[in-house]
Amino acid sequence: MSAIVSGAEPLPPAGETAGAPQGERLTHVDTLDAVNTLVSGPLLDRRRWRRWWIAMIVASLLTILFFGSMIYLFYEGIGIFGNNSIVVWGYPIANYVWWIGIGNAGTLISSMLLLTHQHWRAAINRLAEAMTLMAVAIAGLMPIMHMGRPLYFYWLAPYPNTMALWPQWRSALIWDFWAILSYLLFSIVFWYTGLIPDLATLRDRAITPGKRIFYGALALGWRNSARHWHIYQTYYRTMAALATPLVCSVHSIVGLDFAASLMPGWQETIFPPYFVVGAMYSGFGIVVVLCAAARWGLDLESLITIRHFELMAKVMLMAGTVMFLSYATEWFSAWYSGRGVDRRFLTFEFTGAYAPLYWIMIFCNCIVVQAFWFRTVRRSLTAIVIISILINIGMWLERILIVWNTLSHHYIASMWRLFYPTLWDWLILFGSLGFFAFLYLLFARFFPVVSIHEVRELVHREAIR
Amino acid sequence: MSSVLLAAFEDEERLVDAIGKLREERVRIVDAFTPYPVEGLGAALGANPFPVRAAMLIGGLGTAGLCWFIEWFSAAIAFPFDSGSRPHNSWPVFPLFPFEFGVLMAGVFGLAALLWSTGLPGLNHPFFDARLSARASQDKFLLAVAMPETTDMAFRLRDRLAGLGADTVEEAEL
Repeated sequence: MSAIVSGAEPLPPAGETAGAPQGERLTHVDTLDAVNTLVSGPLLDRRRWRRWWIAMIVASLLTILFFGSMIYLFYEGIGIFGNNSIVVWGYPIANYVWWIGIGNAGTLISSMLLLTHQHWRAAINRLAEAMTLMAVAIAGLMPIMHMGRPLYFYWLAPYPNTMALWPQWRSALIWDFWAILSYLLFSIVFWYTGLIPDLATLRDRAITPGKRIFYGALALGWRNSARHWHIYQTYYRTMAALATPLVCSVHSIVGLDFAASLMPGWQETIFPPYFVVGAMYSGFGIVVVLCAAARWGLDLESLITIRHFELMAKVMLMAGTVMFLSYATEWFSAWYSGRGVDRRFLTFEFTGAYAPLYWIMIFCNCIVVQAFWFRTVRRSLTAIVIISILINIGMWLERILIVWNTLSHHYIASMWRLFYPTLWDWLILFGSLGFFAFLYLLFARFFPVVSIHEVRELVHREAIR
Repeated sequence: MSSVLLAAFEDEERLVDAIGKLREERVRIVDAFTPYPVEGLGAALGANPFPVRAAMLIGGLGTAGLCWFIEWFSAAIAFPFDSGSRPHNSWPVFPLFPFEFGVLMAGVFGLAALLWSTGLPGLNHPFFDARLSARASQDKFLLAVAMPETTDMAFRLRDRLAGLGADTVEEAEL
């Protein structure tokens, strides 16, 4: 039974309820429905997707390259990479550490900003969480690609088998497997939970039956009941509280992959915390690029503002300075230890075969970010995006140099050998970037890139101020 | 299923104010529906998040305990493999797997408890028959009050809701 008994307003079709007329951009979002229109509008109509298709074609080509290279790798074996008998780790491990770092940052950004009541997170947390899913999924592929016999990767899990074998719990590979698996699944649950109320909004605004069914099924029948909200918030905040130590532990475990060894340049207690900060650093860099792209592609200038970029620039400045301090601690420890092998390693970093890359890394990770001390730079979108890209180049160089510098400069001189990347190393790296873009574009096409219900709350909070 | 009057308010302040006044007048509040979580409203309406917290704690700790047991059993009993003369029961490295998987399962158990507590998935709830229901996820703050027994009282309640700032009132089932 349902009957309107007084003053009912007919529900306007999606995308026409409020906000700017078609073709105009909203410069200020001050009503709940303006938020709905702005974020859900592009998802529910067929217009405005020309840029998306162009990006999708490029991303798809790179994705084909990525999987094509992977198939060839599985067929031919890891001999197609530049790895040799001395530098046994190469691009896949560096890519793995880089991608998992970016992935960690997404949840870290979202959960830490939630726990510290940073309400501005509402505009960027969804982008960051989605980035996590895709980056961690790609990161998880890298060690499998690096295995000599990738078809046996499931041996890392304890399962009943006729060989009566069990996983080797003292191996860093096992720690990685559980860290990535747990983190990926946890991130999916965290991301999807945050999405449920927004899926309900899309369900209620959709005008075509197909979209209504699609979003309706995913919304699970969410009714926006105040009782449900209370339980939901308890769960979501508890998840955020759990996510923060989880993220720190995951990247600490990645740091332990190196630190638990006995190699010069790796065996350092600073590795776990410095890996976590590095993850946050590169992750914020990617979030900046994604925010800038979403802002431009989906006309979200009034939601993702320069103020957001300025705040992210400040966080990157802090992280970059901590990174600089971490590098300096490494250098000092190597020198102060007085061990010949550590001092030789330090000299090799600054003057050896990879020294130009090392100096570029220091420039990208430590020097460039200092520009954020200036307000004019922090408020220039172009400058922030360029610096963020440089930071990510620097962070990737850091990952590959951690592998190269140590492995190519062993304890004994007879084991000094350099690594020369092959075409397949590069194809996998750039292909993975394309696959990331492919997944992200799919996400942006079908799901709201900004948390609608959180921005609604933010708009109300701003209105009563 | 019960009959209710569903009143739509423009903002959360009017909704909260109406709930306070209607409670003083002994009108039974059935539920409220809001486009975003209103602090304190769910608790005031009797929502209990305890099962979610309990499930997360039990799921997380239980899984972590089970993982630790599997590690100890496999490394010390079922497959005592000597790796660099390290002890079979290498407890200092054992917490990693239980922690990671325990946190994951705390999340999964919590999600299951959330769905159980809220009755979701529930794609076919009578609330969706109300025309106003679609506004709760967008821009309106809905209040569901129990339908009075007599028509006369129902009319008076509608007027009262309008007097409290409701811009629309609709009969619905919940």
